[in-house]
Amino acid sequence: MGERRVWVWTEIASDAPHRLSLELFTPARALGRAEAVVLGLTSEQALEQLGEFGAQLVHYAADPIYAQFLVEPHVATLTSLIESERPDLLLFPSTPTARDVLARLVGQLGRGAIANAVALDYDTSGRLLATVPCGADALATVTLEGPLPHLVQLRPKAYAAEAVGGQTEVCLVDLPVAETSCRVRVIETVEQSAAGPNLEEATVIVAGGRGLGRAENFRLLEELANTLGGAVGASRAVVDAGWVPYRYQVGQTGRTVKPTLYIACGISGAIQHVAGMRGSRYVIAINTDPDAPIFELADLGVVGDALTIVPKLTERIRAR
Amino acid sequence: MKICVCVKHVPDPNLPVQVDLDTRRLVRDPAHCILDPGDEYGVETALRLVEAHGGEVVVVSMGPPAAEDALRRAMAMGADRAILVSDEALAGSDVLATARALAAAIRPEQPDLVLCATESTDAYTGLLPGALAALLDLPQLTFARTVAVEGNIVTVQRATETGYQLVQAALPALVTVTASVGEPRYPSFKGLMAAKRKPLITRGLAVLGVELREVGERGARERVLEVREVRQVKQGRIVVEDGTGSSIEEILAFLRSIQMV
Ligand SMILES: Cc1cc2nc3c(=O)[nH]c(=O)nc-3n(C[C@H](O)[C@H](O)[C@H](O)COP(=O)(O)OP(=O)(O)OC[C@H]3O[C@@H](n4cnc5c(N)ncnc54)[C@H](O)[C@@H]3O)c2cc1C
Ligand SMILES: Cc1cc2nc3c(=O)[nH]c(=O)nc-3n(C[C@H](O)[C@H](O)[C@H](O)COP(=O)(O)OP(=O)(O)OC[C@H]3O[C@@H](n4cnc5c(N)ncnc54)[C@H](O)[C@@H]3O)c2cc1C
Repeated sequence: MGERRVWVWTEIASDAPHRLSLELFTPARALGRAEAVVLGLTSEQALEQLGEFGAQLVHYAADPIYAQFLVEPHVATLTSLIESERPDLLLFPSTPTARDVLARLVGQLGRGAIANAVALDYDTSGRLLATVPCGADALATVTLEGPLPHLVQLRPKAYAAEAVGGQTEVCLVDLPVAETSCRVRVIETVEQSAAGPNLEEATVIVAGGRGLGRAENFRLLEELANTLGGAVGASRAVVDAGWVPYRYQVGQTGRTVKPTLYIACGISGAIQHVAGMRGSRYVIAINTDPDAPIFELADLGVVGDALTIVPKLTERIRAR
Repeated sequence: MKICVCVKHVPDPNLPVQVDLDTRRLVRDPAHCILDPGDEYGVETALRLVEAHGGEVVVVSMGPPAAEDALRRAMAMGADRAILVSDEALAGSDVLATARALAAAIRPEQPDLVLCATESTDAYTGLLPGALAALLDLPQLTFARTVAVEGNIVTVQRATETGYQLVQAALPALVTVTASVGEPRYPSFKGLMAAKRKPLITRGLAVLGVELREVGERGARERVLEVREVRQVKQGRIVVEDGTGSSIEEILAFLRSIQMV
């Protein structure tokens, strides 16, 4: 048996590989020979960058049609590629488009798939082992049965992207896209202001919840975050209340973050919130309720009023 | 216009999730299960479309007999009738098997539109709708913030990571909706009473013509090998602010120890 061929579904965002796709080359390299699949027009630099992250080969379909119609052309091409190239494993990032393509592929190929994996390996007998969260306090080890390739979607930040400095070969994919698969047409693409916190990349996150009382009090968190060079996050309760926009939300239905330090202010620590910040290296929690579940994962828990503690803390750090 | 809405009966998300470590399945105590809150948006979207264009809303669920509860709730909101796909052999189904069972129930209905939520609240793979669309050979329009139908064209604002796309397809089609489509209505007392009498049919696999090996544990390609508890309680330091600012010194000392200041 030769080396396993591991394909990474690679999305291109504003002419660079999507960061969630780049993360997947790390497990791909560890498990076999990493190859990228890029459907849609992109630049030479973007393809070269895939080599730097460990792709040895890029299957590249330079056709604008993949941006004009959603899902079905991609699934059709991917199905043909799978049939002719016979990869062992396909990895998909947790992006909307990757999910659409993977989901349809499951129905189209009649194959199972694993979603939300946080780790991936093979056992000594060559059986695929994926770790997936199962409720708040449990992890399941799951496998896939049936013919190759196996299909797995990974959670954001399951692995860190690593530039290993390699070069990639490009294999042009020249498969005609049938008109019958061009059913969902993109009429218009609208970019909305990207302003706001870059939670995925922040090393410090100061997050606020309902315990802050009012939207205006988020200013206190902004000031603390600024002095620590960090970003502000939020619980869903305050996003739903309209205090801050959705892109601040951390949790199961928001961002998954892995900062060095997470300071939770007035956040109770509901499982859906914890799902998005469990991977933080250090956690400080400030909460008036000594029984708040957030204290269970805090390295330092402060029982007290965030509205008085946070501004004083900011002041002390600034004075240093 | 005929709309089929897929709805799932899930453990109440406001209660802690329990996993049976022996059977390696989620504990679904029927007494603590509800109509998935995400699916209320699908039902709401369907009701609004039918109010505007006329037609019928059929809610479809795969689950144990207790899942009737979710279907009754959707009918209390206003759906006209329900199909429950239920069969002992379906226990432990993975996404593919669930999609096959739902496709078999939906196909004979020949709906103009199939609606799902973007992801369920309990298992949240988000893979079911796309698999179903492939099996029904329908175009899939996903992550909808708005859904509009004109003639035989459905137009959706599809949420993306950086904004949205306006996407369009001819009916019949499958659409997945997000919470942005509009607040689900609360069932009225009249609605709750009426729901008890609305038609609900239960379909087993034999009736649907689905083969056993395609569904349930026997059809599942995804297999759970082991479930282990990882409840990590960090034995962190807990301090109580006593009004003198002592906790601030504690925080500063901690920040220094991890070289943050
Ligand atoms: C399907 C689903 C998905 C969800 N997804 C998410 C998600 O992605 N992210 C998310 O965050 N939530 C999510 N939730 C919601 C989640 O269950 C909780 O409701 C939410 O996280 C609670 O937010 P909170 O901690 O701000 O509010 P609360 O739970 O109300 O907690 C407020 C806390 O503030 C404390 N407090 C009060 N006053 C003060 C003060 N002056 N100083 C300090 N502390 C104070 C209180 O003691 C309390 O612990 C989801 C729920 C569901 C059902
Ligand atoms: C923690 C956990 C992880 C799991 N991981 C996997 C996995 O990786 N791969 C796998 O194949 N299976 C997995 N399963 C099994 C999975 O729960 C079932 O296959 C389920 O029936 C469909 O998946 P979902 O709830 O994730 O659907 P999603 O795709 O998240 O659901 C989206 C929408 O599809 C519709 N829908 C989903 N299920 C039903 C239903 N039963 N009846 C009617 N409409 C429905 C609803 O509109 C729902 O809102 C997992 C189960 C658990 C509990």
